[in-house]
Amino acid sequence: MPVDILMPALSPTMEEGKLSKWLKKEGDKVTSGDVLAEIETDKATMEVEAVDEGTIGKIVVPEGTDNVKVNSVIAVLLGDGESADAASAPKAAPEAPPQAAEAPKAEAAAEQAPASVPAAPKSEVAADPDIPAGTEMVSTTVREALRDAMAEEMRRDPNVFIMGEEVAEYQGAYKITQGLLDEFGPRRVVDTPITEHGFAGVGVGAAMTGLRPIVEFMTFNFAMQAIDQIINSAAKTLYMSGGQMGAPMVFRGPSGAAARVAAQHSQCYAAWYSHIPGLKVVMPYTAADAKGLLKAAIRDPNPVIFLENEILYGHSFDVPKLDDFVLPIGKARIHKKGNDVTLVSFGIGMNYTVKAAEELAKLGIDAEIIDLRTIRPMDMPTVIESVKKTGRCVTIEEGYPQSSVGTEIATRVMQQAFDYLDAPVLTVAGKDVPMPYAANLEKLALPSVKEIIDAVKAVTYTA
Amino acid sequence: MATRAKKSPARSAQTSAVKAPKPIQFTKEQELEAYRQMLLIRRFEEKAGQLYGMGFIGGFCHLYIGQEAVVTGMQMALKEGDQVITGYRDHGHMLACGMSARGVMAELTGRRGGLSKGKGGSMHMFSKEKHFYGGHGIVGAQVSLGTGLAFANRYRDNGNVSLAYFGDGAANQGQVYESFNMASLWKLPVIYIIENNRYAMGTAVSRASAETDFSKRGVSFNIPGIQVDGMDVRAVNAAAEEAAAFARSGKGPIILEMQTYRYRGHSMSDPAKYRSKDEVQKMRSEHDPIEQVKNRLIGNNWSSEDDLKKIDKDVRDIVADAADFAQSDPEPDPSELYTDILL
Repeated sequence: MPVDILMPALSPTMEEGKLSKWLKKEGDKVTSGDVLAEIETDKATMEVEAVDEGTIGKIVVPEGTDNVKVNSVIAVLLGDGESADAASAPKAAPEAPPQAAEAPKAEAAAEQAPASVPAAPKSEVAADPDIPAGTEMVSTTVREALRDAMAEEMRRDPNVFIMGEEVAEYQGAYKITQGLLDEFGPRRVVDTPITEHGFAGVGVGAAMTGLRPIVEFMTFNFAMQAIDQIINSAAKTLYMSGGQMGAPMVFRGPSGAAARVAAQHSQCYAAWYSHIPGLKVVMPYTAADAKGLLKAAIRDPNPVIFLENEILYGHSFDVPKLDDFVLPIGKARIHKKGNDVTLVSFGIGMNYTVKAAEELAKLGIDAEIIDLRTIRPMDMPTVIESVKKTGRCVTIEEGYPQSSVGTEIATRVMQQAFDYLDAPVLTVAGKDVPMPYAANLEKLALPSVKEIIDAVKAVTYTA
Repeated sequence: MATRAKKSPARSAQTSAVKAPKPIQFTKEQELEAYRQMLLIRRFEEKAGQLYGMGFIGGFCHLYIGQEAVVTGMQMALKEGDQVITGYRDHGHMLACGMSARGVMAELTGRRGGLSKGKGGSMHMFSKEKHFYGGHGIVGAQVSLGTGLAFANRYRDNGNVSLAYFGDGAANQGQVYESFNMASLWKLPVIYIIENNRYAMGTAVSRASAETDFSKRGVSFNIPGIQVDGMDVRAVNAAAEEAAAFARSGKGPIILEMQTYRYRGHSMSDPAKYRSKDEVQKMRSEHDPIEQVKNRLIGNNWSSEDDLKKIDKDVRDIVADAADFAQSDPEPDPSELYTDILL
């Protein structure tokens, strides 16, 4: 049967082009790969190659023709023993192939798309497990809690291993991995060269086979070198593979300002990673949350960004002495109940928030404190429920103010609890500057207890 | 391009263990296997190009035409469980791994029967079953990931090797050398296959690379390298056997520079003005990987023209079936928008 040669689309956006030159004439024999014609698009002159073998029976569109629509017939190719006459008559008029007919339909569908976008799925997150009465509470630093979490999970699952700079023989740059090399050996506690981009990719590759890597970044500031592997490889593979494989792993390390380490080492990544579908983002404050959530993160089948804080490493909190203390990712914790204002924070931001609440109590303002614990997925039901009660909301974080976690919360509270608000949501954040080195400037750049108190006074109209 | 497989001289002092593979003769069965496989890739890609021209395939589409001997010769040296990972010029690798032509083509057209349910497209396909780990659109990312596959093999001590394919362009990315360092340091069973097709998009190798002998790129990491005529499937296979044995034996990574050529532009919208038509025509007429096998099959009286025509027809039928499926299979259900984001 004669084969139609169609005007091809030669770029993702091309709709028509000029057939500038025929390199074959009627009667010429062609084989796959032979250049048939040259076509000018808006960007370039391209060659059209033959796909099928045969003889050029008829050239339908002469050279020099402008505005030839994609998919219109430009020539007819004949097989052995076929005649040009038979082909030419009915084929002369450019006949739209099935796709051409479908194209407008596709456009129409696109226009209607907003109406047919399925609703984003909602998932219920279980509450924290009950801690049996009489459970012994052990004062533990965040540092020890993180180590204990990893050690317990490595005992439980031989596929779990940790890799990063100085995690093994040095016992961790911040001593989070202290003792792990002794217990698990160099196969599972792997010192890496200083190559964040490379070892993050190695970790993701290992995870794609089903291993459960914990990739430690000495700080998340250095993970900027690796952010392509985290986002483009770890976060997106499950989707891009249609669910066939993903990256069950944890990227962890300190994020945010330490003390006097200046601009390149002082940056909170909560908002950055919370932007990305395919990631979970956890940022604990207490040692108990650090332990329970890191254990959950290691077990989670998805890539989890686990943001710690250097200053909090040495802080002690009570941790329940249980064989297997695992907390739900995606569930906020009400740190303190209150009625007058909802304070929402996470990680190191809780340090300021807790102190501010104590000061506010002296002023007769009873603040409710919500520790988000997980930034993505964000537990908005807990926040909304609280705001419905208090009518006021202030968010607190150390990160930069634009497109921050706080602005996200403010948006959602405005959308989901507008009628309950008695004041605008205020956001307390780090200042919109690179972190300065000088002690006085650094202090100014970070949020303060006073700024929280002032914000609460403003939203409660007690200023 | 002469058939040659030589050890890179610069690294001979450190790694005398690797000998240049001797030119090998294929058996009739091997020649036929290679012929069929390469022809399938060629015809598949031609059809993909045609469907792109008709608007059935959107976005980017990078064809493998001309480079078929590389994946074909490599794959013939693998054993069950060995993994493959590559960049965005990936259709040939997927077919060579045994992934279905229907599944690949339907992914190209964004249909629900595609290997990624239509959600990945040309550059993002995977197969757990066939140990194919993508399909990666970020140049060089697959090298770290492929090193991670090898890390997992060593962790599990399973005797498998991973194949990380990348181009002469990707060979200049920083993470490639971070990966080389770790792979050599930890003696990971990975074969780095640099498909040097002479152009990184439109930039000739000599305009982008200070060292154009890519087999030497591992010298600083004590990784041996072999330069291979990537247009001769036998030379590729000989190097592959050598490299697989090397990596499997615990000696660590090895680099194979495949000197190859792509006939088509970088992507469908590339007019390829950075090279002469004569250059392309010369490669096609004098070094075509499929013609080489065909000539040997006929020259050795192993196959008649008719025998080969039958293979041609079988291959065309597979491709036609894949194309039909890829055009008639429905688009993904809208509910798929929100699936496979998190488990």
